[in-house]
Amino acid sequence: MILTSAIGTFGRYCLFIKKVFALPDRWSVFLRRTVTEISKLGVDSIPLVMIISVFIGAVIAIQMQLNIASPLIPAYSVGLATRDIVLLEFSNSILCLILAGKVGSNIASEIGTMRVTEQIDALEIMGVNSANYLVLPKIVAFVLFMPVLVALCMGTSLVGGYLVAVFTDLITVSKYVYGLQALFQEWYVWYGLIKSLVFAFIIASTSSFYGYYVSGGALQVGKASTDGVVSSSIFILLFDVILTKLLLQ
Amino acid sequence: MIEVKNVTKAFDGRTVLHNINATFHTGKTNLIIGQSGSGKTVLMKSLVGLLRPDDGEILFDGRNLLAMKQEEIKNLRKEIGMLFQGSALFDSETVLGNVMFPLVMFTNMGRGEMRDRALFCIERVNLKGAENKYPAEISGGMQKRVAIARAIALNPKYLFCDEPNSGLDPKTSILIDELLSDITHEYNITTVINTHDMNSVLGIGENIVFINKGHREWVGDMSQIYNTSNEALNDFVFATRLFQEVREYVAEHGTIAQRK
Repeated sequence: MILTSAIGTFGRYCLFIKKVFALPDRWSVFLRRTVTEISKLGVDSIPLVMIISVFIGAVIAIQMQLNIASPLIPAYSVGLATRDIVLLEFSNSILCLILAGKVGSNIASEIGTMRVTEQIDALEIMGVNSANYLVLPKIVAFVLFMPVLVALCMGTSLVGGYLVAVFTDLITVSKYVYGLQALFQEWYVWYGLIKSLVFAFIIASTSSFYGYYVSGGALQVGKASTDGVVSSSIFILLFDVILTKLLLQ
Repeated sequence: MIEVKNVTKAFDGRTVLHNINATFHTGKTNLIIGQSGSGKTVLMKSLVGLLRPDDGEILFDGRNLLAMKQEEIKNLRKEIGMLFQGSALFDSETVLGNVMFPLVMFTNMGRGEMRDRALFCIERVNLKGAENKYPAEISGGMQKRVAIARAIALNPKYLFCDEPNSGLDPKTSILIDELLSDITHEYNITTVINTHDMNSVLGIGENIVFINKGHREWVGDMSQIYNTSNEALNDFVFATRLFQEVREYVAEHGTIAQRK
């Protein structure tokens, strides 16, 4: 029963994506909406991303120092481990899980409210492909801007660790900075960016899907918002495993 | 003219519309009336293509909606304007933005030309001066008028209105009714209004289709509705205390003209 329902939902999602990825009725309108969405979904997320990153970066540096402090392990390992954790997992997977909450719920509730207030019906009556008009700019905007958020997250997290080195006596600044540069693999940055593109697509499309097919009222919009966030998070974790296997082996 | 022929629609085995036949005339205010749950909203949604009937034909000046390809439906929809029960204005757009929306999407007008046309429509519904307000900043009646302005922006051939007076006070309802009637006659539109407001029925009902439990029970105009022998329609029309009193008074005195 659950399997049948899951297959049915996946089928509906595929049809929804087909409807979304049509040529826009008006390119000028599409571009204008995409820029608006970049501002709303991307630029407006920058403060959250920076606040979380600086604190988590600091916490990772402290945890590394406390847990791997040993005469057998060089002191610069704190910087190295902080950097690799940030590049490999935090700046993409964990950040996207957080953004699934912020951006995903925003998208699902916005589109869901449009559905229950008949705004989507109004678009359809006018002959507008509502899924394409509403959802494609969100997906394109979020996928385009996600690398910027990830890059910001990477930089700010490492700054968080740096602040720990500056303001505490857990590790010296020179050792931390040396650790950041030691054994650096450029591919880790690309790996993080590639994963984030997939996650951005998952967040924007899954949340839109749940919002688009809401029926009922405010209660159902809230449920759709929750379903969108939960499903996005599960798919992010699933694709994290798949992409890690594909990209790092 | 819109012709509905033998339209049937069922949900999960429960038939909501039974072989509906009706004609909606051009240049007239055509009303679909009936109690809540009678199937009139399903009929309206079927007419505009939001629901697909299981059987029958819906002819827009001879063109069968149910036999059309996606592209043809898209083109037909450019000839349709619709006023939704909750107005369905776009929250993120101003009044001007809402009215300009269909022009932006479907015409090759320049920005100035679109603005002029939108302002003309806004003025037509007596909302001059409100063009820079957002839907949340205006009253329900004004929202309805904005929705009418948006619906007529593309000079539609067909105008559909789903419960245009719901949530409005009686005075504003009459204003909306008069506006819809004027626009219908002025632009020779086929207007179909879904309502259970008796003021609308008796005020602008030039062609009335009464739906009861999914069946088309009666067709006529506002002058015939008082004298109908259809029991279900009588129950519907005289359901309110006011109309009951009027009927009793008319039965007793023959007219209400001398009533003080």
